Amino acid sequence: MARHDGRKPDQLREMKAVVGIIPNAVGSAMFQIGDTQALAAVYGPRNLYPRFKQNPSKGILRCHYNMMPFSGSGNRIRPGGNRRSKEISMVMEKAITPVVDLKDFPNTVVDVFVEFPQTDAGSRCCGITAAAMALAHAGIPMKDMVAAVAVGTLGNEVVADLDKKEEDYEGEGGVSDIPIAVLPNTGKITLLQMDGEMSREQLKKALELGVKVAKDIFALQKKVLKESFKEV
Amino acid sequence: MYRETRKHVLKCLEKGIRYDGRGLTDIRDVTVEYDVSKSAEGSARVKIGTTEVIAGVKTGVETPYADTPNQGNLMVNVELLGLASPDFEPGPPSIEAIEIARVVDRGIREAKAIDVKDLVIVAGEKVWAVIIDVCVINDHGNLIDACALAAMAALKNAKFPAYDLEKHELDYKTKTDKPIPLSKQPIAVTVYKIGDYLLVDPNPDESKVYDGRLTVTCSEKGSISSLQKGGEAPLTIEEIDRMTEIALEKSKELRSFL
Repeated sequence: MARHDGRKPDQLREMKAVVGIIPNAVGSAMFQIGDTQALAAVYGPRNLYPRFKQNPSKGILRCHYNMMPFSGSGNRIRPGGNRRSKEISMVMEKAITPVVDLKDFPNTVVDVFVEFPQTDAGSRCCGITAAAMALAHAGIPMKDMVAAVAVGTLGNEVVADLDKKEEDYEGEGGVSDIPIAVLPNTGKITLLQMDGEMSREQLKKALELGVKVAKDIFALQKKVLKESFKEV
Repeated sequence: MYRETRKHVLKCLEKGIRYDGRGLTDIRDVTVEYDVSKSAEGSARVKIGTTEVIAGVKTGVETPYADTPNQGNLMVNVELLGLASPDFEPGPPSIEAIEIARVVDRGIREAKAIDVKDLVIVAGEKVWAVIIDVCVINDHGNLIDACALAAMAALKNAKFPAYDLEKHELDYKTKTDKPIPLSKQPIAVTVYKIGDYLLVDPNPDESKVYDGRLTVTCSEKGSISSLQKGGEAPLTIEEIDRMTEIALEKSKELRSFL
């Protein structure tokens, strides 16, 4: 099935990445894929309160996913968080925590705030990609990067990086959507969700495609981060 | 609480110095960028120095309030995002956020910049709701003025989405070329008093240690549509007059960026 914007099945939307966009933050990044744009800012390691949440053996990572009230495709989104944003914040934490090494910062928290001025599907993946860049930009010790992308099936064909129009496809074969986060150096997957309907074979194929295209995202992350640190 | 900072700021002001070499009534570099969110009906990014805010306008079709059947609905909301400063925490809106939102709201509403009567679709039944959300991206002082300017810029940039009256269907994907009817462009300028000095566009240190402030929302013709006094220092009539004079003068400068 041809994609409405003429992309090949494994082709990502156009990407843009910048680091250092928020001077107040320890590290920050903007990542845009198609019309989905994420701004991420890192604060910390800083003291964590209430104290019972502190971990004396290592610092913890906290993610805050939030869509700006005007960033949805339909009605205004009421500010202040909802069930969806809480769940996404949680899965983002789980997707990134495996690569951050906070053992040198006991009892602290590293806060990552991810905000979206505009969205066109794939926001949690876009947010994870931006958050990982902001963490690296902040100099938080990391064992790997995290690059995230949505893959899925569209009319029974496996495709990468679905946009809103494709997610809403209701024709023959239907649509399924699998946001995944990939550690590019090992090919391991730290975020995996799915909705829609698909076969085991399609799932395997989709995941393989996701790991492959995540390398393209990683290449951009690496390039932008490298450029931001000047050689002495 | 900020005794040493205050001493330092005052010592600088006595020598006629601000940290970045500005005069007391100099505003930092201002940029206004439109169409920064494709999801919103209108949007703008305003930077004053390194202070950055994004405003977005959403519209909806609602039934009017029972006591105002011939008026549309207007709302301004300000989000002090955790992203913008180590001092902002996620959670319900702080009193700072509420104050800024209400001052910006009053400035626009009372100047009748948007005539809410123009937002009526069917009197008593269907009216447009115009909601302006201002999100702070980086707080480096002077948020009230930045938020007010961004709200105005986003309004100027907004176009109504297509609305099918018979089916009562709002199609957000199709923007019409119909702008939100704006008759004026009110601009808020906040004048700060530190010791005996009056200044505008404070940096973060000046924002922490001021004694009093006065936000004046000014229209093109030089009339005032809202005031808000802040801080604990009492002001004399002479001071208020001088602050208003400064605000009216500086509002022209800020308006020129729209």
